[in-house]
Amino acid sequence: MKFARSLLPFIGALVLAIPARAAADFQPAIVFDFGGKFDRSFNQSASEGAERFKKDTGVAYREFEITNAAQREQAMTQLAKRGASIIVAIGFTQASAVEKVAKQFPQVRFTLIDAVVDLPNVQSVNFREQESAFLCGMAAALASKSGKVGFVGGMDIPLIRKFALGYVEGVHFVNPSAEVFQNMTGTTPAAWGDPTKGAELAKSQFGRGADVIFHAAGATGIGVMQAAKDAGKLSIGCDSNQNYLHPGSVLTSAIKRVDVAVYKSFDAARLGTWQAGQVVLGLAEQGIDYSLDEFNRKVITPEMEKRLNQAKADIIAGKLKVSEYKAQ
Amino acid sequence: METYTLIVLLLAATIRVATPLVLAALAGMFSERAGVIDLGLEGKMLGAAFAAGAVSAISGSAWLGLLAAIATAVFFALVIGYACITHRGNQVVAGMAITIMVVGLGPTLALAWFNLGGQTPQLDGPGQRFVGLAWPWAQSAREVPFPGLVYAELLSGHSLIVYFAAALVPLSAWVLYRTRFGLRLRAVGENPHAVDTAGISVNGLRYRAVIISGVLCGVAGASLSTAASSGFVRDMTAGKGYLALAALIFGKWKPWPTLGACLLFAFTDALAVRLQGVALPLVGVIPVQFILALPYVLTVLLLAGFVGKAVAPHAIGVPYAKEK
Repeated sequence: MKFARSLLPFIGALVLAIPARAAADFQPAIVFDFGGKFDRSFNQSASEGAERFKKDTGVAYREFEITNAAQREQAMTQLAKRGASIIVAIGFTQASAVEKVAKQFPQVRFTLIDAVVDLPNVQSVNFREQESAFLCGMAAALASKSGKVGFVGGMDIPLIRKFALGYVEGVHFVNPSAEVFQNMTGTTPAAWGDPTKGAELAKSQFGRGADVIFHAAGATGIGVMQAAKDAGKLSIGCDSNQNYLHPGSVLTSAIKRVDVAVYKSFDAARLGTWQAGQVVLGLAEQGIDYSLDEFNRKVITPEMEKRLNQAKADIIAGKLKVSEYKAQ
Repeated sequence: METYTLIVLLLAATIRVATPLVLAALAGMFSERAGVIDLGLEGKMLGAAFAAGAVSAISGSAWLGLLAAIATAVFFALVIGYACITHRGNQVVAGMAITIMVVGLGPTLALAWFNLGGQTPQLDGPGQRFVGLAWPWAQSAREVPFPGLVYAELLSGHSLIVYFAAALVPLSAWVLYRTRFGLRLRAVGENPHAVDTAGISVNGLRYRAVIISGVLCGVAGASLSTAASSGFVRDMTAGKGYLALAALIFGKWKPWPTLGACLLFAFTDALAVRLQGVALPLVGVIPVQFILALPYVLTVLLLAGFVGKAVAPHAIGVPYAKEK
C-alpha cells in the first residue's frame, strides 16, 4: 500500500528514538473529539480504525469521549499516567492539550490528527482535504441541474475553510458560472453536533435554488443529509463514507481515512516503528478519496465517474493544482 | 421576486424554529401562572425528546414516540410537583435538578439501549417521524406568483406538531381567560389564600398546572427528535427551554405576547442562518461571526429597551402552606 510505503523512510531512526515496549504492556489509547465516536463521520472513522486494530491484533485500547473542553487535558493526563503507550488525539481542538501533556510525559507517544504540534514525541497527521473536496465539488456541479450548489460547514475554522475552498474550485472547474452558497453552523465546538441547525441551513440553501449540498460538519451534517432526503435533493457526505445513510440521495462522500491514520499509528507504535514528525496524506497517499459504492452507483453516471477519475489522476500527477486555504 | 421568495422562506423557517419554543413557553406559562416556577422546562423537553426518539426507533411509530414523550415529561413534572407542591421544596432547585439529571440520563440510557454513543438510532422508516404535510395543490400553487408561494411554503408543508402549536396559542388564551379553570389557575398564582378560602384546593390546581406543562413539554420534545430532526442526540434542546422561559418573561406571562417573543427569537435565528454569505445592498457581505452573534445582540437590545415592565405572578415561587 502506498500509504505504508510513504511511512517507510521514517522507520529507521524511530526505533532508537523511543524504546519499544514489550507487546504485553502495550496500551494504545484514543481521545475522541466533540460529536462523539458515533457521529457517523469524522470521529466514527477514527473509531473504526481503532476497532479494526483491536480485531487484527487482539490488543484492547482505551478510549475517551470529550463532552466538554476541560476534559481534554484531564483525559490525556489520566491516560498517560495509567501507562498508555500511545495516545491518538482526534481533532484539531486537541492540539493545545496534546502540547501540554506531551511535554509532561515525554515517554508517551502522541499522534494528533488534523493539527500540528512540534514536539519530539508527537506525530502530526494532516490531510489534504481540499483534494477530495475538489472532487466532490466537481461531482456536485456535474449532478446539479440548477447550476446552484451548497456547502454547509461545521465550526468556522481554517480546516473547514479548506474544504470549502477546494469544493468551490471543483465546482467552478466543471461549471465556471455555477453559484455556490456557503454557510457555517457556528463558531464553537457545539457546531459539530447540531443536526437541527444543519437541516435548517440546508433548507435555506435548497430554498435559494441549490440542489446538491456538501457538508463538512460532523454530526450536524446528519441533519443536512436528512433535509436533502426529505426535499428530494442530493447531499454529499464527509469524512466517513456516508453513502449508505440515504441510498440514492447521497451523491458521494469526501472520505478522509482517519481510520487508516489511527490504525497505522497504533500499529507502528506496537511494532516500534512509530515516528514523530509531520505526515500529510492526500489522494496520492490514499489518505483521502471520494466514495463510490453500491449505494450511490445510480446517482454517479459513467461520464461523471470518468471525469472524476481523470481529475483524480491529474491531481495525483500534479497536473491539476488545488489551492490550499491559508489562514490569515 | 427573488427578495420576495427569500422573505417567504425566511418566515417559513421562523415558524419551524419557533414551534418547540412556543410549546415550551406555553408549558411554562401554565405552570408559572399557577405559581410554580418552571426551570425544569429544558429537562422535561430533553427527556421527552429522548423518549420520543427511543420509542419511535423501537416501535416504528412516531405517535407512540409522542405518547412516550408526553408520559416522560408528565412524570418529571409530577416529580417536580411532588417536591415543590406537596413537600413545599424550592422550585428553582427542583427544576434545575431535573434538568441536570436528564442531561446525563438521556445519553446514558441511549448508550445502554442502543450502543450508539448516546444517540438514538436514526429514524428513517415510514411513520417514524412527523414529516411535513403537503396541503392540497401545494406544488401547483407554487406557480401562482404572489399568494401561491405563501400557500406552498408558509402554510403548507409543516409537520402536524407545527399546526398543533399554532392552534394552541388561541386555545391557551381561551382556557386562561375565558374558563373557570383558567380564572382559578391565575388566582392560585396571585393569591392562593383567597382560592383556598373559596374552598378550592390550591395543591390540586397546581398539580393540574404542572401536568399541563408536562404534556406540552412532551410535545415540544417530540417535535425536536421526531419532526425537526431524525433521532435524539446529546443536549439537543441546546438551551431552548431557557430561551422559552425568556420568551415567557418577555411576553409578560400572556399567551399572545409570548408567541410574539418566540417568533422574534426564531426569526433572528432563521435570519442569522440566511444572512450568512449573502451580499446585502450597501454593506456587502457581513462576516459570519457577526451574523452568528446577531440573535443574541438583538435579544439583549430588545429585552433591555422595548419590553417594559414584566410583572410576575404574585405568588410565584412561594410554596403554599395552608395553616398560615
